Amino acid sequence: MSMVAELFLEFVLLACVAFGGATALLPEMHRVVVENHHWLDDTTFTHLYAIAQSAPGPNVLVVTLIGWEVAGLAGAVATTLAMCLPMSILIYLLIDRWESFSGKRWQKAVSLGVAPLAVGLIFSGATLIAQAASFGWAAWALVIATVVANLRLKLHPLWFIGVGAALGLLGLV
Amino acid sequence: MAKACRPTPNRPSSGWITELSVSPEESPSRPDLRALFWGFSAVGLSGFGGVLPFARRMLVDEKRWMTAEEFNAQLGLCQFLPGPNVVNLAVVVGKRYQGVVGAIVAPLGMLAGPFLIVLLLALLYDRYGSLPLAHGMLRGIAAVGCGLLFSMAWRMGGAIRDKRLFLPFTVLTVAAIAWLRWPMPAVMITGLALSGGVAYWRLGRR
Repeated sequence: MSMVAELFLEFVLLACVAFGGATALLPEMHRVVVENHHWLDDTTFTHLYAIAQSAPGPNVLVVTLIGWEVAGLAGAVATTLAMCLPMSILIYLLIDRWESFSGKRWQKAVSLGVAPLAVGLIFSGATLIAQAASFGWAAWALVIATVVANLRLKLHPLWFIGVGAALGLLGLV
Repeated sequence: MAKACRPTPNRPSSGWITELSVSPEESPSRPDLRALFWGFSAVGLSGFGGVLPFARRMLVDEKRWMTAEEFNAQLGLCQFLPGPNVVNLAVVVGKRYQGVVGAIVAPLGMLAGPFLIVLLLALLYDRYGSLPLAHGMLRGIAAVGCGLLFSMAWRMGGAIRDKRLFLPFTVLTVAAIAWLRWPMPAVMITGLALSGGVAYWRLGRR
């Protein structure tokens, strides 16, 4: 199977469990792309995450970057489509019937039940980035400062990105 | 069409829904394909790390393609299903106004601009990414991004009601994914069966 087809199929599978959006998929994308297939190494993976963070647009686009690094333009198109198509098709078919099952007990149970899992996925994504980038004490200090500042202050995320980029450029992280 | 809006509780990125003000008086206008494409392009390019609030502003406040109630009702399914919520939302809005072609054009509009920007950045990365300066910069951004993820998890965790009942599932998910490195599809299906089962039982007791 060609690499692009393989990428597409792997990411279609991921799209079907992406509760919490693409951010929640970081650990699994790392498992598939870095650990299983060795398409990318740890450093490149964290770099791609950093680039996606600093670009405008929906969070989905980290998968575009991964696709590009693995298989060029075809790879970028493949991962992006794979990520968006399955649920787009499903939602196209279901939206007219949504009102007939929204509010049902099972629907509420799924919504309630999936929330703690999504939190766990995003937490795991954060630990994964820290691990893959093998943060030293300075980087961890910046992580903690970001968490505290982000929870206390209402700042635009670009401020944080800018500070992180500047500290990194100065070789302080 | 829009019955009482019921924002799905405890879903990621649904926190801001509670702030929605309701302005139901205006009747929505009917965008053509070009308007759909460019409207969603503007939305896609306006946000960093999540564009959903911008989508609401464009659809409800600026263009008035839908009322706040309609928006909430339709967002329900977009957040219920996995995958990128905003892309799902673009499909819904596109379908509503221009059928199957609209459902393709609207998400295309949303993704085209950011897609090109990200590829441009990727080209720069391929050329200059190995320089020590670039390494340092990306490392700094990754550290900040990691912090943003931790605080996002903290906020979403804080929004969960019935913490004693549901936060153990968060801990189990972290153990399975981050520590044991089990495959996510299996973890999610098992987790959803357990956690959703508890939620189903809990809902019945109210």
